[in-house]
Amino acid sequence: MEGLQTDNLLLDVRGLSKHFGGIKAVEDVTFGIIKGSIISMIGPNGAGKSTFINVVSGLYTPDTGKVQFEGEDVAGLPAHAMASKRLSRTFQLEELFSSLTVLENVMVGCHTCSSSGVLSCGFSVPFARKEEKRLQAEAMECLREVGLEERAYDTISQLPLGERKLVGIARALAMKPKLLMLDEPAGGLAAHEVERLVQLIYALREQGLTIFIVEHNMPFVMSLSERIVVLDEGKKIAEGIPDQVRSNERVIKAYLGEEVA
Amino acid sequence: MMQIEPDASVCKLPGERAGETRLVVENLSTFYGEAQALNGVSLEVRTHEVVAILGSNGAGKTTLLKTITGLLAPRAGTVFFDAEKINGIPAHIIIRKGIASVPEGRELFGTMTVWDNLLMGTYSLSETERKKVLKSRLDVIFGLFPILNKRLKQKAETMSGGEQQMLAVGRALMANPRLLVLDEPSLGLSPVLVAEMMRALKRICIEMEVSLLLVEQNARAALKIADYVYVLERGEVVLSGTCVNVISSPTIQAAYLGG
Repeated sequence: MEGLQTDNLLLDVRGLSKHFGGIKAVEDVTFGIIKGSIISMIGPNGAGKSTFINVVSGLYTPDTGKVQFEGEDVAGLPAHAMASKRLSRTFQLEELFSSLTVLENVMVGCHTCSSSGVLSCGFSVPFARKEEKRLQAEAMECLREVGLEERAYDTISQLPLGERKLVGIARALAMKPKLLMLDEPAGGLAAHEVERLVQLIYALREQGLTIFIVEHNMPFVMSLSERIVVLDEGKKIAEGIPDQVRSNERVIKAYLGEEVA
Repeated sequence: MMQIEPDASVCKLPGERAGETRLVVENLSTFYGEAQALNGVSLEVRTHEVVAILGSNGAGKTTLLKTITGLLAPRAGTVFFDAEKINGIPAHIIIRKGIASVPEGRELFGTMTVWDNLLMGTYSLSETERKKVLKSRLDVIFGLFPILNKRLKQKAETMSGGEQQMLAVGRALMANPRLLVLDEPSLGLSPVLVAEMMRALKRICIEMEVSLLLVEQNARAALKIADYVYVLERGEVVLSGTCVNVISSPTIQAAYLGG
């Protein structure tokens, strides 16, 4: 963590471990994410990247280690608590409600910031109806952001994989996150679509978001990230700016392969 | 963003193709309700050939594969496999005729073991064929993907993404196909594994004499092994040609290889 001002850190992870039986999926991982930065995590399949996101976002409880979000200890908090602290994430294969419309899926994200309860919504009292309208408008705004407003009333099952990924991002944005964690956002996108995604991520950062990306698409990661963390067999094997990581021999051997480097 | 205009007359780049015809798709049109996903698509896969289909999201690539494998019925057009018309035949019969598929997102039986998943691949075969496959094919598959042999008793869902993708390909090969149809086999794989997977696919084509029809967003990886390429935009073939010719096309460079 040399050279990093800890009071600048939005997320501070120290000595984080998560084991499944004898498998050390994440082992003693330490690094920080500076507010307003774009940071990526790369590593071979099975390195523990998704497990890492799952632990930080509260889907798994860590075995040992500390996670601080805005200076507050959050390790072990359940996922909905992490979401209400404005840490939101997307999934590799988007876990969307396939029979609902695109707009409705994004509104599910808005509901974490909504104040009407089950009863008031169920009975559709005027307050809840008004709020529903507001959430609809907010969800539409998120769809506009990712360029999917024309798809708002299509059901998810009608969408190709790449657009589902964008719905996942819109839903995460609907939670008004401070930290947005994207699990393989460029997977299933063509090169020109990846370019649009890069523009979207820059735009989000301009709005003050901090962005953490797990991704295999190297041109994407290398062009976008300010820092890159490399995981292999659960352990952090490298961290640095893209050029340092690209030329790191351990990274080349474990991940990039001779050809790509 | 570059987009190839579909109303520009279909551009066929010069270049000879080897082998004999295996799969012929003629004027295929497929709809989802009122929405037309494929509009008169024609293409061909020959023996000993890896054919790649490139295109943006929503171009109709997955729809095309689903129509060929019988999961969707076309409203117009014909699919011939080894000179036999196969559209209109249900998916499980098409598998029996020799087309196996590796679907997008792998679609493994997560709570079943690696071995049971592989066995599921032989489900379409007759008892004698199954015995033959277990005797001869299994070793070839383990030769391609040694990890599967080491993990036979592991549940599929507990394997890493790369291993699952190998299992999905292995399972499809267990059906003893003459044509293997793959929807984004590189999805979610690390750069090293993408290269490994592509090498394995090329070996499948050459050593096992299986023709490959492959949809890929990772155009760079696909073009390394493809012999012939079709580019799909908004449900139509807008460009086709031998791999060498397609790679040098400026539009392909800009739209699919990232400039």
